[in-house]
Amino acid sequence: MENVSDLTIWFVILILGIGTFLIRWSFLGALGDREMPQWVMRMLRYTPVAVLPALSAPLVMWPAATGGQPDLARLSAAAVTMLVGMFTRNIILAILGGAATLFGMLYLLA
Amino acid sequence: MMQSVPMLIVIVPFALLFGVVAREAGLDIAQVMGFSVLVLAGASQFTAVQLLSDNAPVWIVILSGLAVNLRMAMYSASLVPWFRGTSGAQKTWIAYTLIDQSYALSIQHYERHPKLTLSQRIAYFSGTAVAICVPWMCASWTGAVLGSVIPDDIALDFAMPITFLAMIAPMLRSAAHLAACFVSIVAALAFAGLPSGLGLMLAAPLGMATGAVVEVLTEKRKRA
Repeated sequence: MENVSDLTIWFVILILGIGTFLIRWSFLGALGDREMPQWVMRMLRYTPVAVLPALSAPLVMWPAATGGQPDLARLSAAAVTMLVGMFTRNIILAILGGAATLFGMLYLLA
Repeated sequence: MMQSVPMLIVIVPFALLFGVVAREAGLDIAQVMGFSVLVLAGASQFTAVQLLSDNAPVWIVILSGLAVNLRMAMYSASLVPWFRGTSGAQKTWIAYTLIDQSYALSIQHYERHPKLTLSQRIAYFSGTAVAICVPWMCASWTGAVLGSVIPDDIALDFAMPITFLAMIAPMLRSAAHLAACFVSIVAALAFAGLPSGLGLMLAAPLGMATGAVVEVLTEKRKRA
């Protein structure tokens, strides 16, 4: 983030804050009972499962910490996080499982 | 308010982690609090910080952060019938604190107790919202303060990807969700050579469209 100015960060915070509020306020405040086309509502349902994986996949495959080289410790940590998350449906357990795997593997491989 | 307690087990560590990770990425404490108070949406806060530390263009940071929050338009729509007759000021307050947890608890409560009066519904929502949002802000601040004393040699670089994956995994409830996730991963890897953030802008809509198409196909098969 070295090249990002404080002003830019505050700009992002402000616009994200206003935009997020407008999304939350949309139907309650302005649109009311108006029906949205079904395909719009359908796409909305899949935004988190489309955006977050697209953001994570390159970070997992080519971690910055290893200079972009695929890394066994980080790949296994990612796999364990997903598995624990899918089976327990618990975010915190999944994070703990992933972190334990990462530090365990880094220790073993060192 | 008591029903919010189980949610706190997730919210508090998650907010702590945001504070720590955002400080590590180079934000100051005021900026961490700016995110947690003004944006007040975990997934998009993590998304924005990750993209900012990748030096992605500002418009991509903002679009991605907002895209993650688009699901809240659905929450807003589904609350309309329960809050009919609420004043504008109250709606503003409800919208500001409309997060995954306050939505999930309230909608369950309203469906289980359909005879609640409007003011009882508003009271329930406000109770859960305060019980979840205030700890979110306090824990972010604590994390931000702790973040500056955590030694640099711990592999915190991977905290962000692990957090994203942990958020994704419980969402994979249906074939459509799995397909959306799979397509967006493949596309993101295929477009990884593009300038920072651009791959995301292509992969995410592809994933969303896949989810929608698979959902339509599954419904058709059910009807047939």
